[in-house]
Amino acid sequence: MDGDETSLGVTRRAAIRGTAALTVASVLPTSEAAAERTTEQVTFPNGALDIRPIVNGRPVTARIDPRTSLLDLLRESFALTGAKKGCDHGQCGACTVHVDGHRVVSCLTLAAKVDGHAVTTIEGLSDGERLHPMQQAFIDHDALQCGYCTPGQIMAAVACVREGNATSRARIRDYMSGNICRCGAYVGIVAAIEAVAAKGGRV
Amino acid sequence: MQPFSYVRPDSPESAVAAFTAAGPGTRFIAGGTTLYDLMKLRVERPAHLIDVTAIKGLDHIETGGDRLRFGALAPMSAVAENPVVLRDYPVLAESLSKAASQQLRNMATVGGNLFQRTRCLYFRNGAGSTSAGTTYACNKREPGTGCAALGGIDRGQAILGQSDACTAVSPGDWPVALVALDAYVEVLGSSGTRTVPVTDLYRLPGNTPHLEFTLQPGEIVTAIVVPKTRAGRRSTYHKIRDRESYAFALASAAVALDMDGNTVTRAHVALGGVATRPWRASAAEGALVGHQLTAETALTAARAAMSGARPGRLNGFKIELGARTVADALMIAADRSRA
Repeated sequence: MDGDETSLGVTRRAAIRGTAALTVASVLPTSEAAAERTTEQVTFPNGALDIRPIVNGRPVTARIDPRTSLLDLLRESFALTGAKKGCDHGQCGACTVHVDGHRVVSCLTLAAKVDGHAVTTIEGLSDGERLHPMQQAFIDHDALQCGYCTPGQIMAAVACVREGNATSRARIRDYMSGNICRCGAYVGIVAAIEAVAAKGGRV
Repeated sequence: MQPFSYVRPDSPESAVAAFTAAGPGTRFIAGGTTLYDLMKLRVERPAHLIDVTAIKGLDHIETGGDRLRFGALAPMSAVAENPVVLRDYPVLAESLSKAASQQLRNMATVGGNLFQRTRCLYFRNGAGSTSAGTTYACNKREPGTGCAALGGIDRGQAILGQSDACTAVSPGDWPVALVALDAYVEVLGSSGTRTVPVTDLYRLPGNTPHLEFTLQPGEIVTAIVVPKTRAGRRSTYHKIRDRESYAFALASAAVALDMDGNTVTRAHVALGGVATRPWRASAAEGALVGHQLTAETALTAARAAMSGARPGRLNGFKIELGARTVADALMIAADRSRA
C-alpha cells in the first residue's frame, strides 16, 4: 500500500477547503505505525482493519491499526487537521467532531467505530468559501485568541444549538463545559452561541 | 499502546461467545471513554477488544409498566433527556446530566458507565502517562506494589470504605442514583441470564483493590431496570465539585423521598465522591423515616450518613461537606412537586 499523503495530492489548504480527494485513502494510520515504517510496508501487529466511513459527506476507505483514534485518522490519514489534539484524553474538547450528527471527542473514539458512520469535521461545516453562521459569529464576537481550541469549540457550539441546549447563558455554559479555552475567550464564545441561537432557523 | 485484536459482533450471544473464544486479556468495549483512555495511559492493556456497540436493540428506553428499563447501550445523553425520566425521576436525569461533558455523554453508555474506573491520580499514573518516569505505587493498577495515595496527595480520596491497600474513590454518579433507587441489571453470560442488584456489582477494596466488580469474566450487562416508585418525583442528585460543570464529585448525594405531609415515609439516600463504591446510607434513611423533615432533622440524618468516615491528611473536609451535601439534597428533594 502507498502510505504517503503527498501522493494523494492532499494539501492542508485543500483539505481545509473540504475539497481534498478522500475517496481512496489507504494511508498511514498512526504515528506509531509511521515510526515502524522503514520500507513501503506498514506493519499492523494485530492485523489491519479496513473501514469505510463517510467523512464530510464523502465515502472514504482507510486501512488502520485497531489502536488508531478517530482524531489520528482524520489528521494523519485524511489531512483534516482542523480537529486538534489538546489532551488526547477527553478532557479538553479541542478534538470535537460530529459522528452521525452527535458531538463526540475524536481522541477517545476508536477509528474502528466510525466504520459505516458519518463524520463531520470543522472542514465540512462551511459551504465552500462561505462560512457557517457559527464560524462568522465567533469572528464577530471575538470568541478566540490563539485559536487552538476554536475548531472544537465551534463544532460543540453548533451541536449545542442543534440539541436545543443554547436556551440561556447558564445552559450554554453548562453544555459547553467540555471545551476548555486557556486564553479565556469564554465570554465571547457564549455571546457567539447566544447570537446564533437567537437568530433561530437551521444551524 | 499495547496492540490488540478487534472484533464487532452483532448480537449479545455472539459477543459472549467471542469473549470465550478470545481467551485471557479480553475486554468488552462500548463507548470506550474509560477503557480507551486508560489504554493510552497503559493502565489497561487488553489483548483483545470486543466492541459491543454494533449490537442492535440494546439501546431502547422503556418507561411503561411498573419499571424503567434502559438498554445497556443507550447513551448517557439519551437517558438524561428522556421526558419521563426528567419528570418522574430527576435523580436519574441529574446524575447523568451532571456527569462528564455532552460529548462524553453522547459516547458513553448507561451500561458501560457502571464500570467506569476510578480517577485516583496514582491509579492513572500508568506507564503511558506523562510522568511515567516516576510511576507511583498502586495496588489497583499493579497488585502488591503499595498505595502512594496513603500519606500522599489525598484530597480527592475516599473517607468511607477504604482499606490499607486502597483509598480510591468510586467515580460514578449514575451508579449512585441507581443504588439509591434499588435498581438491578440484567446480565448475559455463557451460562445464561441472571439479574444482579446494582449495589451488588461493586466490591470494597479490602486487600484486593484490583478486583472492583462482581461480574464473572465474559458476562455483559444487557439492561438496567429501575422499579418505579412515587419517591422518584421528589428526588435529586446533588453534586458538589471544584468547578460548576464538567468535574468529578467531591461529594454528592442521590436522594428520593416519599412523604405524608411533612413526614418522611420512605427515604432513599446514597453517596458519591466520598466512598470506594456507590454508598447506600441506610443509617440516614433510618433517621428520616417517621420524622418531620426540617433543616435540623435533615442535617442530623446527613451526619448519620457520614458515620464511620475516616479522613486522611487532606480530605478531612469531606466529612462536613458530605453531610451538608446530603442535608441540602434532602431539602431540595422535599421541595419538589408533590406526586
